[in-house]
Amino acid sequence: MSDHAIDGLPGRIVLDEIVAARAPWDHALRRGEVLRIIDLEGNQAVDFLMYSLADDAERYSAQDTIAAQRNVYLRTGTVLLSNEGNPMATIVSTMVTRHDTIGGACSCESNTLRYGHHTKAQHACVENFLQSNARHGRGKRDMVSNINWFMNVPVEADGALGIVDGISAPGLSVDLRAEMDLTAVISNCPQINNPCNGFNPTPVRVIIAG
Amino acid sequence: MTDSSTADPYGARAHARAMAGRRVTAMPTVPATDASDRPAGVAREDMLWDETVAAGGYAAKELHRGARLCLTDLGGDGCVSMLVFNAERPSERLNAADTVKVQWNAYLGAGRLLLSDMGRVLMALLEDTAETHDTFCGASNERSNGLKYGDGSNWGTRPNARDRLILAAAKFGLERRDVHPCINWFKGVHVADDGTTVLNHGPFAPGRTLTLRAEMNLLVLVANCPHVLDPRAAYTATPVRLAAWRGPVTGADDSVRNATPEGLRAFLNTEEYFRR
Repeated sequence: MSDHAIDGLPGRIVLDEIVAARAPWDHALRRGEVLRIIDLEGNQAVDFLMYSLADDAERYSAQDTIAAQRNVYLRTGTVLLSNEGNPMATIVSTMVTRHDTIGGACSCESNTLRYGHHTKAQHACVENFLQSNARHGRGKRDMVSNINWFMNVPVEADGALGIVDGISAPGLSVDLRAEMDLTAVISNCPQINNPCNGFNPTPVRVIIAG
Repeated sequence: MTDSSTADPYGARAHARAMAGRRVTAMPTVPATDASDRPAGVAREDMLWDETVAAGGYAAKELHRGARLCLTDLGGDGCVSMLVFNAERPSERLNAADTVKVQWNAYLGAGRLLLSDMGRVLMALLEDTAETHDTFCGASNERSNGLKYGDGSNWGTRPNARDRLILAAAKFGLERRDVHPCINWFKGVHVADDGTTVLNHGPFAPGRTLTLRAEMNLLVLVANCPHVLDPRAAYTATPVRLAAWRGPVTGADDSVRNATPEGLRAFLNTEEYFRR
């Protein structure tokens, strides 16, 4: 039986898991290992943070990444930088034109602003990040602007910006190569009030190879 | 033995005391009530802060709900990287992503809000004669300043914004993990169609100002270092003045509070927080 989902990955498969719709996930990535995230059913936002294994006060920085590449969108070749300006991972390949790092993670609290207080009790990405991070001794102060794989956030000429209909599709993926030893944390986004998941959260597949 | 004037504690004390009253460009006015050029209509006793921050300098202040904070770009080349915390519980802080996402716009100007990660308003931008600001690019760091200027250290002449903010945070018991994505005032970044970040670094006329209103009890940290995308080979920055004064807490009829449904809910959440 052939599984094209692992085509092109280097070395041996270290891990191959399904992250359920709405669920958190985290795992260590050693330098040189590749993490492939597969958008199984299409247009599923995968919220993503990284922390250095050696010193988790060093973590992914959307602002450093944007400033260094002088572009707000993440594409093949983008080097994802830490808050100290060090390379954490490189997007070695992706079938999606671009990914987001300006839209942040949904939270119960921001949902009340965006949609009304009736959404306060809904599950949200910040809940997933807090739960995963809590197992590693991290807390709310460790939350920073994240990556949203497969999410589409255009910025118009007048600065208008928003999460709009996706540009991903079933089976599309992104490959990240770790440039340092790190912990990758995922919230498989549970948002149902905007198009980031096509109003229907779905599972994704994560494969680590190297 | 030496006959230096500072050879013994008595001489050293006299030498130190003789410095009193010196004035330099970058310094606080203490007490702030002695500020020589108060904003129009602000009573002497309402002044809370008056400090000029050097090029490459930093400063911090606790401001209570209702306080106004005015930033003045004295020389036209200031770049104020700002972090904002809920002073009562600093794990609540500025969320740059929510600030642009919730307001459906990335460009800050009069009437816009700075939002916390708890769905509340930290500050409202009441007046803005600069209109060139940046929510995307964040603080310079030792590595970026080192690449551009050959040095970015706090102990050198070309300090970087991140390390300035780490020092400011440390003085309130906060740590590296508390230094979160910031806002840059006075230097503008717009996004082109293809996502390119386009910096407007001036030159600008001296004296541009912006006035913020504290909507919670805040800890505000600022660094005044060249923008991380500043293309000039020389470390280019000019001093910035920070002035704050007491003001009334935002009322139910405030036009900024009521401008958008999202902003209004942020104010409602903030008012709920203070319902105690």
